[in-house]
Amino acid sequence: MKRYSVFAIVREALRQHRGWEPAWASPEPRDRYDVVIVGAGGHGLATAYYLGKNFGITNVAVLDKGWLGGGNTGRNTTIIRSNYLQDPSAAIYEKSRALYETLSQELNMNIMFSPRGVMMLAQTEHEKRGYLRTERANALQGVETRFIPPEEVKKLVPIINIDGPRYPVLGALWQARAGTARHDAVAWGYARACSAMGMHVIQNCAVTGVEAVGGKVTGVQTTRGAIGCNRLGLVVAGHSGHLANMAGFRLPIESVALQALVSEPIKPCMDVVVMANTVHGYMSQSDKGEMVIGGGADGYNNYTQRGSWHHIEETVRALCETFPVISRLKMLRHWGGIVDMTGDRSPIISRTPLEGCFINAGWGTGGFKSIPGSGWAMAELMARGESSLAAGFGLERFREGRFVDESVAAGVAH
Amino acid sequence: MLLLTCPHCHVTAEETEFAPGGQAHLKRPQPEAGDDAFESYMFTRPNPMGVHLERWRHAYGCGKWLIAARCTVTLEVFGTYPAQTAAPPAEIVKKIKKKRPEWEAPA
Repeated sequence: MKRYSVFAIVREALRQHRGWEPAWASPEPRDRYDVVIVGAGGHGLATAYYLGKNFGITNVAVLDKGWLGGGNTGRNTTIIRSNYLQDPSAAIYEKSRALYETLSQELNMNIMFSPRGVMMLAQTEHEKRGYLRTERANALQGVETRFIPPEEVKKLVPIINIDGPRYPVLGALWQARAGTARHDAVAWGYARACSAMGMHVIQNCAVTGVEAVGGKVTGVQTTRGAIGCNRLGLVVAGHSGHLANMAGFRLPIESVALQALVSEPIKPCMDVVVMANTVHGYMSQSDKGEMVIGGGADGYNNYTQRGSWHHIEETVRALCETFPVISRLKMLRHWGGIVDMTGDRSPIISRTPLEGCFINAGWGTGGFKSIPGSGWAMAELMARGESSLAAGFGLERFREGRFVDESVAAGVAH
Repeated sequence: MLLLTCPHCHVTAEETEFAPGGQAHLKRPQPEAGDDAFESYMFTRPNPMGVHLERWRHAYGCGKWLIAARCTVTLEVFGTYPAQTAAPPAEIVKKIKKKRPEWEAPA
């Protein structure tokens, strides 16, 4: 793999860019691998990457039914933060945020991590008390957050209307080291690094069945033939339930559509991420100048990867009140992704009833920010059979009533 | 946007008039049934890619609960029936089977 650098740009500029090579190889699948990961999104690729980097396991294939990072990795609103209430969540999301800080250098791919700061607005007294509690919890967990008064919110975000008649801004939970990153580049960077370690990233290869003998996984059936493996990782977000059915177990997961939209590009006007959970809307400005807006999730099971008009209306109406300046913006694009929601709104990184088969799922609306930490924990679990980061997120917690209850902690959006 | 017909007041309205209430026909196990049965009842869901029987409430209408048979992939609604029904009525099953012969009503 040729390294990307300023010298490479100069070199290629001098020879009409004829020397760039594909970022990752597209090999034919072999008959057998040590580890097969289903799902070449951020989480799947990160799992493979840390299997290689931390544990030296490189006989790995990452399969995807479509193109690389074409699922939720390319559909999210790119927010990275770790201001969660519960200890297991704060640990894994903070690990993830910390890994993001140096990921560009590590992967030799500019993922454009921008630690611009994320603020979660408190717009009701209830929410304010909740965030004050989170601030204190975060202090104990070693996550740097601060509850800031309305004047400071206004100073950080001049375009905000803090005196909204219905939902005035009473303050905000501010995490200065949180931010955004280029989501596609995260998948591309991991894929390139995996490929450089000799792993196979195989696109357009849908898994159609899971093979097992005597309760132990032996491989998968795919649209490109049977592939054997010793260990299988299912990392397929919204389609986890579908894959779990193939592997013969059920999950405490339901799939719903979550949607987002972007406006036409405008001049820089907001250099932080603002989340308004009470009114179901969050917004940041991309490097291209588009306002990136995320809305609420549908309340019903859905696999359509489409949004719905009333959610757009709901989200935009709420944001127009908080940001009057955007009221005349035209919206350019709108899309939906299928997120896998668990009962406690926390992920599952776990062994499964099928020996040798592991699952990483249930990230719900918080998947992108957790990619490096999730991959780190999943790789450790698959290589060693246990992981301290994943310990709180086992499948058995539902049976045992040990929830990592973030549905209460975060209110709405994650 | 989904269009649902309320089987109680016979109004056909957009989904914003209804509130979704999750999977239908869940049967609460007896108190002595054990942890597995309760885990299954409370959390484990088939989450089908296909026909889903689900509860809705006509929240901004007559206020009553109903059950809709809806496909989670195409969003086609096969029909609705009152929530006070233990299993999907024969005519709804017939309608679903006509288009999805492989579908089986959940036990």
